[in-house]
Amino acid sequence: MKNNKRYWKGIEELQNDPELVKRADREFSELLPIKDNGKGDSRRDFLKLMGFGISAATLAACEAPIRKAIPYIVKPVDVDPTIPNYYASTYIDGGDYCSIVVKTREGRPIKINGNDFSQVTYGGTNAQVQASVLSLYDKQRLEGPVAKGKAVSWDDLDQTISQQLRGAGGRIAVVSYTVLSPSTQAAIGEFTSAYAGAKHVMYDPQPADGILAANKSMFGKAVLPSYDFSKADVIVSFGADFLGTWISPITYAKQYSKTRKVSKDKKTMSRHYQFESNLSLTGANADYRAGIRASQEGLVLGQLYNLISAKTGGSNANFSKIATVPHLNKAAGDLLSARGKSLVVSGSNDPAVQMLVNQINQLLGNYGQTLDMDRPSYFRRGSSTAMENLIKDMQAGRVGAVIFYNCNPAYDFFAGNQLQDAMSKVKVKISTADKIDETTLLADYIAPDHHYLESWNDASPRQGSFSLAQPAIMPIFDTRQAQSTLLTWAGSPETDYYDYLSGRWRQSLFSSQSVEKDFDRFWDKALYDGALENTGVSLLETASGEIAYANTNVPVDATSLAGTINSAYKADNVGVELVLYQKIGIGSGRQANNPWLQEMPDPITKACWDNYLTIPQSMGNEMDIETKEGFTGMVNLTINGQTHKLPVVVQPGQAPGTVGLALGYGRTKAGKVADKLGVNAYPMVGKVNGNFAFFNASDVKVENADESYKIAQTQTHETYMGRESIIQDTVLAEYKEDPKAGRFEFKVETYEGKEDPEDVSLWHGHKYPNHHWTMAIDLTSCIGCSACTVSCQVENNVAVVGKAEVVNRREMHWLRIDRYYSSDAAEDLDAMEIASANPEVTFQPMLCQHCNNAPCETVCPVLATTHSTEGLNQMTYNRCIGTRYCANNCPYKVRRFNWFKYHDNEQFADVNVAMNTDLGKMVLNPDVTVRARGVMEKCSFCIQRIQLGKLEAKKQGRRPDDDDVNTACAEACPTDAILFGDRNNPDSAISKLLNDEQEGRAYHVLQELRVMPNVYYLTKIRNKDQEETNA
Amino acid sequence: MEVTTSPVREPLITGKKTLHDITYDVCRHVENKPNVAWLLALATAMGVLAIGAYAVWRTLWDGIGMWGNNKTVGWAWDITNFVWWIGIGHAGTLISAILLLFRQKWRNAVNRAAEAMTIFAVLAAAVFPILHTGRPWLTAYWVFPLPNVFGSLWIDFNSPLVWDVFAVSTYFTVSLVFWYIGLIPDFATIRDRAKGIISRTIYGALSFGWNGSAKTWERYEAVSLILAGLATPLVLSVHTIVSMDFATSVIPGWHTTIFPPYFVAGAIFSGFAMVLTLMIITRRLFRLTDYITMQHIELMNIIILVTGSIVGVAYLTELFMAWYSGVEYEQYAFLNRATGPYWWAYGIMMTCNVVSPQLFWIRKIRTSIVATFALSIVVNIGMWFERFVIIVTSLHRDFLPSSWVMFYPTMFDVGTYLFTFGLFFTLFFLFVKFFPVINMAEVKTILKSSSDNTVVHHKIEEDTKVTTH
Repeated sequence: MKNNKRYWKGIEELQNDPELVKRADREFSELLPIKDNGKGDSRRDFLKLMGFGISAATLAACEAPIRKAIPYIVKPVDVDPTIPNYYASTYIDGGDYCSIVVKTREGRPIKINGNDFSQVTYGGTNAQVQASVLSLYDKQRLEGPVAKGKAVSWDDLDQTISQQLRGAGGRIAVVSYTVLSPSTQAAIGEFTSAYAGAKHVMYDPQPADGILAANKSMFGKAVLPSYDFSKADVIVSFGADFLGTWISPITYAKQYSKTRKVSKDKKTMSRHYQFESNLSLTGANADYRAGIRASQEGLVLGQLYNLISAKTGGSNANFSKIATVPHLNKAAGDLLSARGKSLVVSGSNDPAVQMLVNQINQLLGNYGQTLDMDRPSYFRRGSSTAMENLIKDMQAGRVGAVIFYNCNPAYDFFAGNQLQDAMSKVKVKISTADKIDETTLLADYIAPDHHYLESWNDASPRQGSFSLAQPAIMPIFDTRQAQSTLLTWAGSPETDYYDYLSGRWRQSLFSSQSVEKDFDRFWDKALYDGALENTGVSLLETASGEIAYANTNVPVDATSLAGTINSAYKADNVGVELVLYQKIGIGSGRQANNPWLQEMPDPITKACWDNYLTIPQSMGNEMDIETKEGFTGMVNLTINGQTHKLPVVVQPGQAPGTVGLALGYGRTKAGKVADKLGVNAYPMVGKVNGNFAFFNASDVKVENADESYKIAQTQTHETYMGRESIIQDTVLAEYKEDPKAGRFEFKVETYEGKEDPEDVSLWHGHKYPNHHWTMAIDLTSCIGCSACTVSCQVENNVAVVGKAEVVNRREMHWLRIDRYYSSDAAEDLDAMEIASANPEVTFQPMLCQHCNNAPCETVCPVLATTHSTEGLNQMTYNRCIGTRYCANNCPYKVRRFNWFKYHDNEQFADVNVAMNTDLGKMVLNPDVTVRARGVMEKCSFCIQRIQLGKLEAKKQGRRPDDDDVNTACAEACPTDAILFGDRNNPDSAISKLLNDEQEGRAYHVLQELRVMPNVYYLTKIRNKDQEETNA
Repeated sequence: MEVTTSPVREPLITGKKTLHDITYDVCRHVENKPNVAWLLALATAMGVLAIGAYAVWRTLWDGIGMWGNNKTVGWAWDITNFVWWIGIGHAGTLISAILLLFRQKWRNAVNRAAEAMTIFAVLAAAVFPILHTGRPWLTAYWVFPLPNVFGSLWIDFNSPLVWDVFAVSTYFTVSLVFWYIGLIPDFATIRDRAKGIISRTIYGALSFGWNGSAKTWERYEAVSLILAGLATPLVLSVHTIVSMDFATSVIPGWHTTIFPPYFVAGAIFSGFAMVLTLMIITRRLFRLTDYITMQHIELMNIIILVTGSIVGVAYLTELFMAWYSGVEYEQYAFLNRATGPYWWAYGIMMTCNVVSPQLFWIRKIRTSIVATFALSIVVNIGMWFERFVIIVTSLHRDFLPSSWVMFYPTMFDVGTYLFTFGLFFTLFFLFVKFFPVINMAEVKTILKSSSDNTVVHHKIEEDTKVTTH
């Protein structure tokens, strides 16, 4: 029976009194008498009203916190709260490429992992890829199309632009970086063919003009070879930072690490020579490294060429004589004994130099082995010449309309400063950038593209290899995929890019394979895997015809090459040479507004948030400038008649007579994070043989400006002071003899003789009945690239603190890379603080060691840091009162304190964007607490992942294995230097590794303290003949 | 009964004082209108307190990021100041407790002010353990083993910081009670002399109904002895435990077994220096030179000389142990102290603490008011630097050179330190005005046995000055 119960407030309501019904919706059912009505109750009523008024006004003045947690009313099928979803996709940023898997939570991308299915990037990532997820939530992104500074609708914009383009007069140009996507290339093609005289011009901020031109001359194809460092036993690099910034560093780092890893069963490794001016990340990893002047590079290569050709039957050429370069003869000898298994690369942009490199590789028989011209790669297809010609055309008024497809030549093209003037001659200026940048500022119309995580796309990084990009989030703003925009303006029948893309895949890739019969299944699989390998299909090659290399005529024969090189390179330049480079984090500056990348310390200088001149020690001594404890001097750098005042970093390993400066800084319109940081070095790029060169050897002056400067360095000490307990290293030859070579085994004197400190105790220690999480870090594999640092920052919501606080030595990174130089001194402690002029470099990732006898645990007065039954050293944030005793007592100094409130704080709003704006906060990992002011924090071994992995395994009724649990740092590492797992599981990779290495390379840092870390390090092994330096 | 002061001893009270003189000399400061010098001094102290309060406020509001501490140097001025203030307090307890047990009568004139100094110094010190934590609003009660509803949530009895909490709070309580018990008879004297109703009421309340009967006096003596017995181990234990904050850690330069005795000696050393600084001012301002005599000053200077030498030996022992241990980190820590970037702090510490007290071997210096005053300040500067050297120079370069940093204080470090100075001196100046600054009751007990009323001088060279009574 239906329940007919009714409740009423009073008898009036029950009787439905008409008076009451009339007043029912009023706040006060009867008017409060304020006037004296003779009954004597007016004062009380007045007080009542006053009381109500005051409390109502007070309550209204309190700002109620606005919480925007909106529940799903209709839950999307695939989205379960708290359960992450993963989508395979592709990171494309100009010619930079990475096949990725995007982790989303409740529809928000929050983390990027590498895609193991890719045979181009092999599941690796780098710092820029890791950090790119934050660029999605950049508040400076445009929220919709803009015409002449006003927000318009897409329809209006399309109409205006179609009209404008028809009436533009003159040629139309589409300018872009290298286009890696065949479908995008096709869409641009549709656009250019829809307008008469329309052209597509590609350029690159990090061009490979030299290689492309040399290969065009030598092989008839302006393409990059596919390098395979994993097949090279001897690697010789001339200024190519292939582990850090050169072309496709993730690919090369993975390949390189394969040849560099040693184990019980593989006691061989490749040998790596590096000849360069700046100390690059790659140079820091080289076995033998020599500093050369940039102006000598062609001649040094010429010398190497002669050494090789003398033994391989090539023709010798007459290169200008230069003083003997250290290690060059040895390198030649090693190359000759590894014919077909070696690789010579150069970072030069000069076709003549690259032709010499080609010749050397040819003589050594490396083509088809370590270099593949038959399956070329497409990472760099831009032509600086074509771009220069376009600017000339624009200046001459021959260009009627220009469309900048996600590129920023006004900033990052070497001749970009001419663009501003040239743009004034162009009638229609359009940009598809998703943010206002230096170029967009000059454009009239902005048709903002999606962020890559909101986009459909495909990519072909290498012939035959393809990958798909799929949106991991609905577009946040009213943006439109630039390809759709171009197709719309081209009047194409298909303007939806997803349909266009899948249509093209159906035509080309689906039809050229025979495994899948059904396109939908083929498409779904490709989308699921993210990568499609070995298709044999080439979709980008035809486009290469558009690149104009007409004016570069590269001689192939050695004699003519020698002539070209002798005229351009100098054997005995005495002036200062400026050598430009890119930083691992900032690169060409496209992601400069990403605070994670700005705060990531440069692996070599350990400086962040700044652009500075790296000068050799000798120059520092001459100018009486030193970089000490974060204090440094400033210099006036005069180049091309312009003077810039710059801070310096006295850089061990910097070749004498050269100074280094990073590109990617000095942005004027990047956003709050990057604007006004450092100096823009693009206009300083010089020219050699008519090509842009990354150095400038003439007319460079460096003078002491007699000013002091505080540079934001996270590490200010260069050497490890001969403390063998920290860095244990050896050379390959000795390792072959003794797997424990280089180990420093501290022994304690006891009454029973000498003992291992870890064996001497009154206490039996903690018991780990179930799991025992352990990590091993291979110092030989670690290249110092810092992808782990950023990955950790993303995963664990680590705050960015900004330059001022880094200067105050308060960066928050849970995982840092310690970089140590070798020193020439052995005994004198003061001298040991100073690095060698050309030091050996060792990188040591340092994170919480999760000590089994943790010094931090015993000193906390409130038990906020405790030991888990699984060997983890745990931090309980809400119990922490912040005495910092734990941090003081940590021998590894890995604990980080929240000195300020870093979230929701105006003071940090501009730098810590991930914790200060509603948009930025979308990137936070909901599994990890954002720490409050005044608490201590540190590496947790990604406990949220451990718990998730354990639960997943438990649901399936099994023990978790290696696939269930991995830390963010280990996952991001492009060289697999970090291994994490359960020591109690005999089948885990970590157990196997440590069983092999316990009596070999594995050691604990500061073993003598007997804190018994759960992080092992494997000795650093260099492929040298013998130990060269001390400390 | 005629009592005669031993002719071989210097009288402790000069100026031929009678019992009434003592009462009068001490009470008049409480009873008179405040003089200009006192008002100026109090205003200055409160000004400093106000400036410091701003620094404290900003630190509380924005976080300890306002200070110069960083990722490697987690403690700097905060704990330096804490240990320094706690150390200063030690002289008061030593004078009141140990010297009482040893029947050192000269303590009677100085114990009141020294005990007051102890209490104010501990209060000043207590600012830092609270303020230096990240979340002081929780620290204030989470460090105590309070029953709670969180189940097994408890404090960590392994942590030296917890020992500190107990040591310092016990020390403070015992010192306060001891001091107050001693004040009661004197409050009663003031009460009895009071003319105004307000002062009679207040001092009446403060004196807890003291009636001066023999029974009351007997209890008073008994309680004093018991409290002296309780306080005596505290003289040793408090700084021992404070030193364990460092000694139980793994940090080279901290991890040293010599710390407990070395810290206690250092504490007494600095405490006596501070007592001297304050006493020399007070006896001058309040014309108490007959009670706090040159003999007091000389005796205290001798204590400074002895403890200073103990501290010096400790420094040298540390250096020797660092060398002898063969531990490279330990060796580096001490080498770095002496020759590293903070060599100047080490130099100040060595000069002020080891070299300067040796001047007290010279009688002329230890009996000179000016020299004593100057050296007492020098010693306290030196002892501040000792703690700075121990804390900052050990931390700033410990095991991994990658984490080596420099520490630079900010204005807020200075401001917070000033706050405690302001607090200390404000309290001290209020004390000297409103409380009997010398323990009248106890001084009166020695009037007959050690004053120049009763002394017979047998100084051969000064025969002419012989006085009989």
